[in-house]
Amino acid sequence: MTGLCVNNLNFSYGSRHVLKSVAFDTLQKGQLTALIGPNAAGKSTLFKCIAGLNKSSGSTICLNDTDLSTLSGQERLRRVCFMPQFFAANAALTVFDVVMMAQKQLRGWRVSTEDTQAVARALDAGGIGHLAEAYVGELSGGQAQMVSVVQALVRQSDAYLFDEPTSALDLRHQLQVLGRIRDAIRNRDAIGMVALHDLNLAARFADHLILLGKGEILAQGRPDEVLRDPKISEIYGVDIELSKGPREDLLVHAYAS
Amino acid sequence: MSDQTLQPSAADALAVGYRKRNLKRFLLVCAAAAVLFCTVVLDVITGPADLSFLRTMHVILDPSVASAKESVIIWDLRLPVALLAVVVGAMLGVAGAEMQTILNNPLADPFTLGLSSAASFGAALAIVLGWSVIPGVGSLFVTVNAFIVAMGTSLALFAFTRLRGVSPEAMILVGIAMLFTFNALLSFLQYGASEIQLAQLVFWQMGSLARATWPKVGICLVVLLIVLPYFVRKTWALTALRMGEEKAAALGVNVSFLRLTVLAGVSLLAAVAVSFVGAIAFVGLVGPHIARMIVGEDQRGFLPFSALAGALILSGTSIASKAITPGIVYPIGMITSLIGIPFFIVLIMGQRKRHWQ
Repeated sequence: MTGLCVNNLNFSYGSRHVLKSVAFDTLQKGQLTALIGPNAAGKSTLFKCIAGLNKSSGSTICLNDTDLSTLSGQERLRRVCFMPQFFAANAALTVFDVVMMAQKQLRGWRVSTEDTQAVARALDAGGIGHLAEAYVGELSGGQAQMVSVVQALVRQSDAYLFDEPTSALDLRHQLQVLGRIRDAIRNRDAIGMVALHDLNLAARFADHLILLGKGEILAQGRPDEVLRDPKISEIYGVDIELSKGPREDLLVHAYAS
Repeated sequence: MSDQTLQPSAADALAVGYRKRNLKRFLLVCAAAAVLFCTVVLDVITGPADLSFLRTMHVILDPSVASAKESVIIWDLRLPVALLAVVVGAMLGVAGAEMQTILNNPLADPFTLGLSSAASFGAALAIVLGWSVIPGVGSLFVTVNAFIVAMGTSLALFAFTRLRGVSPEAMILVGIAMLFTFNALLSFLQYGASEIQLAQLVFWQMGSLARATWPKVGICLVVLLIVLPYFVRKTWALTALRMGEEKAAALGVNVSFLRLTVLAGVSLLAAVAVSFVGAIAFVGLVGPHIARMIVGEDQRGFLPFSALAGALILSGTSIASKAITPGIVYPIGMITSLIGIPFFIVLIMGQRKRHWQ
């Protein structure tokens, strides 16, 4: 069975239980899954558990028939690419340097011609070629986020986890970045998960939705199914109405109840 | 909006730009090495005894032509001093660079964590009380004491961070506590010391290359050759750490393990350096900053350049210590600051980008 499966995942910070018996249907290759849920639902924690940065016991997390717990930390992070939510660096490193760092993945001292080419292509494809020689400390929040996405996409992994890749972006860049992520997942036949707050973006770009609330999976399935689920209004604490947009797309409207 | 929108020419231009910057960085490192070579030569030909450049070179290249006096001056006095300055400078530069990296703090240097005051305390134990931590080391007991106490301090720091969690804040706070503890203990010893002992102690703390010998140069070189390969192997991990802990962890860096092992390496470098030449705090702080401003923080340039910058500062200091007043060799500790700080300020003023907030 290929794909990403998670079973019986529990995690707590001290006495505070963040994830409670999280399990979801196997995520298929080539599909983009959006992980939605209110603040502090455990989205980032779930990603970190899958990536192996948070150690959880008793759970099974399998990626393409490999039990991830059998891999070393570094090998696991080569198979599962995790993009953390924030980065605030003020280092004397250029954007090219930091993407090269992701491309090298801690291997060896030398940079080959292929490495340089791969990074240059990734920067160009990610629409941040003009920032290649800027220092990371000089980037705006949105630019830094786009650099993070390029850092993730330059790596060749089996699964990609993006923690809120669009939270600091303007409208055009939100669409561009999510479009690039979706295309990359399809072209590479990889597993993709994106944590999103914007339900409209989730409806537009995701093939599959997972609703996480208070550390539990509340709903999963096709976007229209999950968005129509009454639990979504309940967990967000707002009334949610759906309508069809002018281009036959699903629109999500939220009203404070 | 697809992966296929790339224009090969634009990507190629980026790749060419990167290669150019890499080449420039490499040339800068080579240039620093060339300047260092010049300062070493200058260091060897200057000094109280008047020896010409050609004669000095001749004696170095062919020791058999030297008179007994020349042989002693060049081979036993000047060369060890010049080379010890280079090696110790490089050790302090590397130690400071990695300390700043793992602690994510621009003010960190090997001495922030109390290593120099520990070493001074060890030396004071030997000078004032005549205590030797390890018996039977003979005339080296001041050096050995300084080393043992400095290493003990970093082991204590090491143990503490293992218990309490390896965060930069915890490491710095414990380091500062160590610093004040040893300073207090040192004052205690100074208070009870005789005038001669006090003079000896003050001289030791000022730092001096005058005690240089070939075995010391050898020991420093061996320590550097033990520690450097590990840092070189971890170049990408250390570069990644500058992007923040979380980013580094997501790339597969075991951040706690990296901090602990690098701390061990830095402690060894600093303890050996301090026990041989005394407390020279400035080099480990400023060397890496000069490197950062000139070649950036990609460790592939940052690490070698920090070593070269440290070596250059100390080598320059060694020349200056002889040149200020003919016939007198000043302790280097005070001169490092005097020649280093103006240069440093010029660099800061000329630097538009700030890489620390």
